[in-house]
Order: sequence, then C-alpha cells, then structure tokens
Amino acid sequence: MDNVLLARTLFGSSLAFHIIFATLGVGLTFMILIAELVRLFTKDNDYAILAKRWTKGVAILLGVAIPSGTIVGVMISLTFPGFIEVVGQVIALPFAIEIFAFFVEALFLSIYIYAANRLSSTMRIISVFFVALGATASAVLITNVQSWMNTPTGFEVVEGQIANVQPWQAVLNPAFSYTAVHVVSSAYMTTAFVVISVGAYRLLRGNLNPKEVSYYRKGLMIALVIGAATSIWTASTGHKAAVGLHNYVPVKLAAAEGLFETQSNAPLAIMGTPDPEANRVVGGLEVPGMLSWLATGSTEGVVIGLNDFQQEDWPPLFVHTLFNVMVGIGTLLIGVSIGALLWWSIFRKKPYPTWLLLALVPCGAFALIGMETGWFFACIGRQPWTIMNFQRTADAATASGNLGFILVLFISLYILLLVITALVMRFYFQRNPLVNEYQVTPSI
Amino acid sequence: MHEAYVAISIIWLFLFIYAIGGAIDFGAGFWAMYYYERKGTTAANFANLYLSPSWEVTNVFLVLFVVALAGFFPGAAFALGSLMIVPVSLVLFLLTIRSAFMVYSYTVQKYTKVLRYISGITGLLIPALMLTVLPIIIGGFIEVVGDRHYILFNKVLTSPTVYAHIGFGLASQLFLSSLFLSDYAREANSNETYEEYRKNAIIFGPIMLSFAVAATLTLIPEAVWMVENMAREWELFALSMFAFSIGYSALWWPSKKVRIGQPRIAVILIVLQYAIASFAYGWAHMPYIVYPELTIFDGLTNFAMYQSLLWGYIVMMAILIPLFIWFWRLFLKDKRYLTSEK
Repeated sequence: MDNVLLARTLFGSSLAFHIIFATLGVGLTFMILIAELVRLFTKDNDYAILAKRWTKGVAILLGVAIPSGTIVGVMISLTFPGFIEVVGQVIALPFAIEIFAFFVEALFLSIYIYAANRLSSTMRIISVFFVALGATASAVLITNVQSWMNTPTGFEVVEGQIANVQPWQAVLNPAFSYTAVHVVSSAYMTTAFVVISVGAYRLLRGNLNPKEVSYYRKGLMIALVIGAATSIWTASTGHKAAVGLHNYVPVKLAAAEGLFETQSNAPLAIMGTPDPEANRVVGGLEVPGMLSWLATGSTEGVVIGLNDFQQEDWPPLFVHTLFNVMVGIGTLLIGVSIGALLWWSIFRKKPYPTWLLLALVPCGAFALIGMETGWFFACIGRQPWTIMNFQRTADAATASGNLGFILVLFISLYILLLVITALVMRFYFQRNPLVNEYQVTPSI
Repeated sequence: MHEAYVAISIIWLFLFIYAIGGAIDFGAGFWAMYYYERKGTTAANFANLYLSPSWEVTNVFLVLFVVALAGFFPGAAFALGSLMIVPVSLVLFLLTIRSAFMVYSYTVQKYTKVLRYISGITGLLIPALMLTVLPIIIGGFIEVVGDRHYILFNKVLTSPTVYAHIGFGLASQLFLSSLFLSDYAREANSNETYEEYRKNAIIFGPIMLSFAVAATLTLIPEAVWMVENMAREWELFALSMFAFSIGYSALWWPSKKVRIGQPRIAVILIVLQYAIASFAYGWAHMPYIVYPELTIFDGLTNFAMYQSLLWGYIVMMAILIPLFIWFWRLFLKDKRYLTSEK
C-alpha cells in the first residue's frame, strides 16, 4: 500500500471502530431519556429497570467510546496534517464547540450514574436529558465538519492561499442541515434496532418467568416504536440528503447511482455494477425516471452524470454498492419494524410468534452494517478529495513513515476491544440477571 | 499583547489543567492497583471513588487541549502531527487500553485483579511517555532532510534527558495523586487512608523535585538555548521552589481534624508550584513551538478564526464553570458519596 492509502486505512478503520460505540452512545442515551419519561408518566417500575440496565450498557460502551473518540480526534492530525492545517484556519469552530458538548455529556453522565440516589427525580431526568443532548450535539457538530468537507464555504482562495475566512459561514455550509439530521436520525435508529435484537433474542430463548416476559416485551415495544419512527425519519432525511447531493455535490450522487450520462428521465439503478465502458450500470434493476423524480421532484428533471466530470475527479465506482446496501437495509428495517407493530396492533393480546422474533434478531446487525456503509459511502464518495474541489486526499495525507506498524497496532487493538467488550457485556448481564432487579428496590 | 501570546496562554492553561488532572487520574489508577486486595486499608476504594465519576471529564481536557492547539495553531498541528506520529500513537494506544480496562474492571468482578493491573500499569506509562515530547520538540532530536522532518529515535533512546523527563513524569503523577488523595481521604474523615497517602506524598515529593532538576540539567547538552532561557526566568523558578517548600512542609503542620498535616494547603501550594514552574518553562520556550523550525507566529491561525475561537472558549468556560463546581460538590465534598464505599 502506498502512504496515502495507509493513512486512509488507518484513519478510516479508527473511525469505523469509533462510530459503532459513538452511535450506540448517542442512541442509548436518547432511549434512556425516553424510558425515564415513560416511567414518569406510567409509574411503571419496569421502565426504571430498563433505564438502569441501558445505563450500565452505556457506561461499558463509554469505556471504549471515549478513548476511541480521543484516538480519532488526535489521529486526524497525525494522518492528515494537511487537512487539519486547513481546519484550523476555516472550520475550527465546530470542533471547539463539540468539546463543550462533550463536557456536558461527561459531567451529566457521571452525575446521572453516580449521584442518582442523591438527586430528586426531576433533577435526574434533567441530568439524563443533558446527557442525551450532549451526545447528540457532539454528533451534530462532528458531522458539521464532515458536511463542510463536502460543501466547503466561508473562505476564498487568493493566490493559492486561504483568505477572507468567515468562520460562521463555514459552519453554516449548505450540506450541514441535511447531513446532521441524517446522522442523528440514523444513530437513534441503529441503536433502537440493536435493542430490538437483544429483546427478541431474550424472548426467543425463553425460560423466563411472567414478570421477565412482561419486562422484555415492554423493552422490545419501546424499541420497536422508536425504531419504526426513526427508520421512517431516516428515510426522509436520507431523501433530503440525496436531493442535497443533487444540488451541491452532483458527482457524488452520480457515483452513488452509477449514472454516466447527464439526462432527464434518469433511471434509478438498484444493485448491478457501474461500468464506464458500457456507460451504464450492468446487471442492475432499473426503474425508469425514478432517479430524476427522487432528485428533482419530476421525472423530467435533469440529473448530472459522471461523464460531465474529469475521470480523475470520479469517486471509486463501487460506492454504488455501498449506497445500495445502506438504502436496502434502511428499507428492510422500516418494513420489519412496521410489520411487527402491525402484528401487535392486530393481535393485541398474543405474544410475538417465534418466526417474527427470529426475523427481529438480526435487525441490530443489519442496522450497524447500514450505518457503517452509510459512513463509508459518505467518505469514499468524496474521494479523490478530502475537501471537495479544494484539497486532494493525497495532498492532505502525512508523508511520515511508520504507518504500517501503527496500522497493525491499532487494528489489533480494535479487534481485541470488540471481542473483550462483547464478553464483558455478556458477563455482566449474565451475572446480574433481571431477577436481581426485582429483589432490591431500584436506586435509579 | 500579540494574539499569538494570548492564544498560547490559553493553550498553556488547558495543558496545565490536563497535566494536573491527568497526573492525579493516572496516579490514582496506579494506587487503585497497588492497594487492591491489601488488607486493612481502604486506600484502593478511595482511588476508585475519585476515578469512577471523574476519568471521563479528565479525558475531555486532553481533547480540549488538542483541539484548541489545532484551532489556534494549525501550523503547529501540521508540524507536530507529522513529527510526533509514533510517540502520540503509542500514547493513544495506551490510553485506550487503560480506559477500557478500567471500565471493564469495574464491571467484571471476577477478573477485577488482572483488569486493574493492566489499566494501572498502562496508565502509569502514559504521563511518562507524554513527557518525552518536551525534550524532543526543543531540539537536538529532529533532523530535517529536504522538507521532511524525522525524529532521531537512536538519539532519543540513548539520551539521559529523555529518561530524566520520564522519571519526572512518573514521580509527578505519584506525588500529585498521593497528595490529592490524602486530602480526599481527610475530607471523608478516613484517617488511616489519609496517613497512607500522606506517607506516599512525603516519599515522592523530593523524588519529583530531584527529577525536575535532573531533567533541566541533562538538557544542557541537547538544548542549551532552553536552559539559558530558563536561567533568565530564575525568579519564577525560585518562586515555584518556594511554593513547593511551604506546601511540602504543610504535611507536618498541626491540624485539628487529623493527627498531623494540612493536606488542603499542601495541594493548593503544590498546584501553584506546578503552575508557576510550567508557566516559566513555557515562557522560556517562547517563541518556539518546535525549535528552531516553528514559532507561535508562523503557526497562528487567521484573525477571524482567532477571534471566534477566543469568544467561543470564553462563553463555553463561563457556562461550564458552575457545572464544574456542582460536580465538585457532588463527588469531592458530599459526605454521602465519600462514605458510600468505606
């Protein structure tokens, strides 16, 4: 591998690792808030236990999320010093404000976990509200930098130098609004489906007393409602993001859809392989006019194709597959969660049948894959640029050696931590089964 | 005052806060390991009582420092990022193991011992490794070939001053954390733990000071300009030495609450000692960030960004300070919390 590819792999794998924990951290704190609120209104203690056990999950995840976030934050200076040099001049604000959100999250989380029994129930809910707010705000602010990389604004280039910097205009770049909500909605959605998986698995394994069954059903139901709502929301924010690409980053949309010729009545190609020789997606399912309709609101709308750009400015064409996987999983999860909710509303009293629980179990894994492919698409689809039309990745990457050694070191670390964190989670929840929660008066 | 000086002062402040907070954090992690399963003492419990709610917040200060440095001095982020990739990667690696295993050790009681050993030892190495950056960036360890910079590892690994800095890092964290935890134990009225940490502080105070002197003296062959600049600031260093002497002696002052010593006064004066000494060190460092390549003036961001960041940090800190005070009351003063794990 050349140095640029090594730098990309090192930073990319660190980010891919971190976002698993970050996404679940953002999503779970939101779900804890919901559980606390439901508990406030229903006075049902099961929701307090849900909040308590999810909080333990968050505490374990944060053991990895916080240092891996530190890795990502520091490593971007190490692997892409050329990029960070521009960041410091144009888009340093969201990073700075993110630290603020990070502080709010860390302080209130400790307060929520370790001072819960010394707080009034209102203060406790306020604390967990700020935890969720801080986590979500961190996600929004980091996405702000990512959106700026796609639609850089707030500066001019005079004789090759950055000039006339307007920091707030950089923050309010055009891609910000749609990418930020898409990231937040998909983080909530991914987490909800991971929780659905756990709940469905527990119910499926059986061997539960009626109290436990009722507890897991409540957990599953709350997650299904959140999952269904956020997956529909994610589809809508995803649609807005695609329209945003059409308006501001057309080359990325063209690569995502494998569209070569600029045309009205552009077809939507599902799966298949974009082939520059054939000038089309080979082996895909084509829906005539659909892409024009999605991007412009009319089948007559013109969508720009890859051939309008220099070939050296094309993203790698396999992003079409990443894009399809992301959209496919999103669609599937809407179907599954809505289906499960419909079943519940039709056969109110009946428990979920085995086949339905079996269908729910893999949803969490799918959601994580969808989230990862979405991020891979967002970052690889921007290539060969780090900052769109301004800085090439090859110019941003570090020139220093030793990257291979560092890459091996960190990949081993990530594999190790994934395995151990999973074991620790399993161990903890086995050692502290639900039955224990009913024996003591919960302190949370 | 030139903007570069305002910006570098803010960086110094953030770094100083993290240096103190990090030293106490990693030191406490070490003591939690050292006293684990030791009969007749609750010293390990106190270390954990402090660590569990605070480690995340301490970690944010590290990120705050890095982000502020990259924002105010993008040129420095570029130079340091290229140059420091190996040492900084190692720090990140250790930091991740340390934090993750510390959380695991709280979660999985069955394996607490081994998990706590891993996190305690990796934590101990972090400040030591961080301190090696100081001699590297002030010269003698960097070779420039064309426009590429290289760290001369052969020189780093055989240099006495690097080892003196490592020793200073180790001794500082053990000294500061013992001192802090002795005061923490006093706050909780745990006399026996207070005595234990007071004893540690008494041992590590002079060791820390000897390493500080050794680190400076061994710098002479590597970066004589720095030592000359430091000599120019001798009043400040003398003042810091004075703060140390009084602070250290406070461990023997009479007290109504404990057998002997005033740990709160000791903590305040020793933190003051570090503040003065690190400020003097930083002042002697000026105007270089990386000697002799990069000054604070070359590295500074543009004026518009400088202003937005400055105001951003001022507003942010104004909002956060009451929150920090509340946090302090909940976990460092509230008797209900302090006595919960005795």
